[in-house]
Amino acid sequence: MDPLITALILFVLAVIIGFEVITKVPPILHTPLVVASHAMAAIMVVSAIEASGSGKTLTAQILGFSALLLGTVNVVGGYLIADRMLSMFKGHKKK
Amino acid sequence: MDIINFIRNTANNYQAVFYLLTVLLFIIGLKLLTSPKTARRGNIVSAAGMLIAITITLFYHGIISYKLIIIGIVIGSIIGAISAYILDLRAIPQYVAILNGFGGAVSALVGVSAFLQKELPANVTPLHFYSAISVDVFIGTLTFWGSMMAFAKLQGLVTGRPVVIKGKNVINILILLISVLLGVLLVNDPYNIYYLIGILVAASLLAISLTIAIGGADMPVIIALFISYAGLSASAVGFIFLTYGLIMVGSLVGASGLILTRTMAKAMNRDFLGILLGNITPPEMSKIHSGEDIYAGRVKSSSPEEAVMILEAANRIAIVPGYGLAVAQAQGPVRDLMNELEKDGKEVYFAIHPVAGRMPGHMNVLLAEVDVPYDKLKTLEESNELLPDTDVAIVIGANDVVNPSARDNKETPIYGMPILDVDKSRSVIVIKRSLSPGFSGVPNPLFANDNTVMLFSDAKPALTDLVKEYRELKV
Repeated sequence: MDPLITALILFVLAVIIGFEVITKVPPILHTPLVVASHAMAAIMVVSAIEASGSGKTLTAQILGFSALLLGTVNVVGGYLIADRMLSMFKGHKKK
Repeated sequence: MDIINFIRNTANNYQAVFYLLTVLLFIIGLKLLTSPKTARRGNIVSAAGMLIAITITLFYHGIISYKLIIIGIVIGSIIGAISAYILDLRAIPQYVAILNGFGGAVSALVGVSAFLQKELPANVTPLHFYSAISVDVFIGTLTFWGSMMAFAKLQGLVTGRPVVIKGKNVINILILLISVLLGVLLVNDPYNIYYLIGILVAASLLAISLTIAIGGADMPVIIALFISYAGLSASAVGFIFLTYGLIMVGSLVGASGLILTRTMAKAMNRDFLGILLGNITPPEMSKIHSGEDIYAGRVKSSSPEEAVMILEAANRIAIVPGYGLAVAQAQGPVRDLMNELEKDGKEVYFAIHPVAGRMPGHMNVLLAEVDVPYDKLKTLEESNELLPDTDVAIVIGANDVVNPSARDNKETPIYGMPILDVDKSRSVIVIKRSLSPGFSGVPNPLFANDNTVMLFSDAKPALTDLVKEYRELKV
């Protein structure tokens, strides 16, 4: 099969899974969901790693490096902020 | 060296399998995020998925130098960790705008870098490669500038009022057509860098034209829409290199953004399709009505002493917080009030409208931060079931979301917006500085109701007074 077709099929299937799972996230957790989603989307750093480590020209390396730097901020910052917020959600106080 | 080569080969040969594992962990992570009990674990599962993807990529065959990679990861991690630690949670929307801008920048930078290197992966035709780059650079740049504009608006660096440009829609469509044309030209002549620069410029202009028309009140919608852009950017990068993992994660995140945007659009009475086209803030929203005719002679001003008497007699009490509560930094006093009332055997819950705060779910986080247990945070639907059986509703810093006009006045722009039916509870205490209207500019008949009393004050001193008076009453 044409790899582009495979890619499109995966794209559509993942959209459907996304809809299914995320409609079940309650409104109370929407802010952590937003932040965690941004951390996940920053999976783009994998391409940035390749670009900055295998760049043949200096320009390409600098672009890759900048992308890697910003992407890492998103991954680390996103997951840590989500964790900080989620750690605050507590159930009934037991006294 | 053999071992390293072995690991490298395994990582490269089974890269797709590892990405599949990452995607699975992301899905499980999201699934765990559906309950406050398991959400923290879900976030960790998702982070583990990310770690796998990054580790695998570090063994990528083409990598010849690790110096830049390590410097990038170390500096990025330090900045990310420090920012996460010191962030004031009221500024989460600004933080999200920055995360989103960075995401857009990453995708555009990777796209430009791929364009300069021109190393087509196996199985990828030039047509595919350069069209994917055009789309990627366009979305990435659009996301970057759009997010920066949103950040400036949220931070108050640019006016929060919508700026209306005449013929905005025509201009936007024109820019979009030019971008498509430039993309076609780029695919035909990938050695001409001016086409790529043209796409960068067009996307930047479109970003500004789209976001400048958005009012400050509509930020929750924009923040939700951002997630979609972030997801699309990741997918676009995945399409350039045909990295299936990126494509899947991108569409997963993109779907989550669309759902939140739809939820927000519904909660704010905006047209979902219109939002996608950039028509977010209806023009009539900028008009302000004074509401003299509605309020004259009917608004009852009250004192903390009197308000405490009303609370004393109540059994079930709803607290309705708006963003004004967070602006006044009154989350602490409101929790104290809840504790005092509960000590007295009263039932207290928080009625939270989906757009309370400046982004989806913002108010819940701000209340959780001051130790309000999550089972007291009720959604719009849950609250509206409870409100008719509620003795007192205390409205703090909220306005449009409790305006009954949304239910019964077709003339107002907020008509049809789902609201908290505060007016159905037995009595209402509104803590507000003045009778000034909310973001919509519509006067609120709730303030003139027979069972409503107004406590004209800043949220923080008012709540502190209420707590003090209540304690004195109980001595």
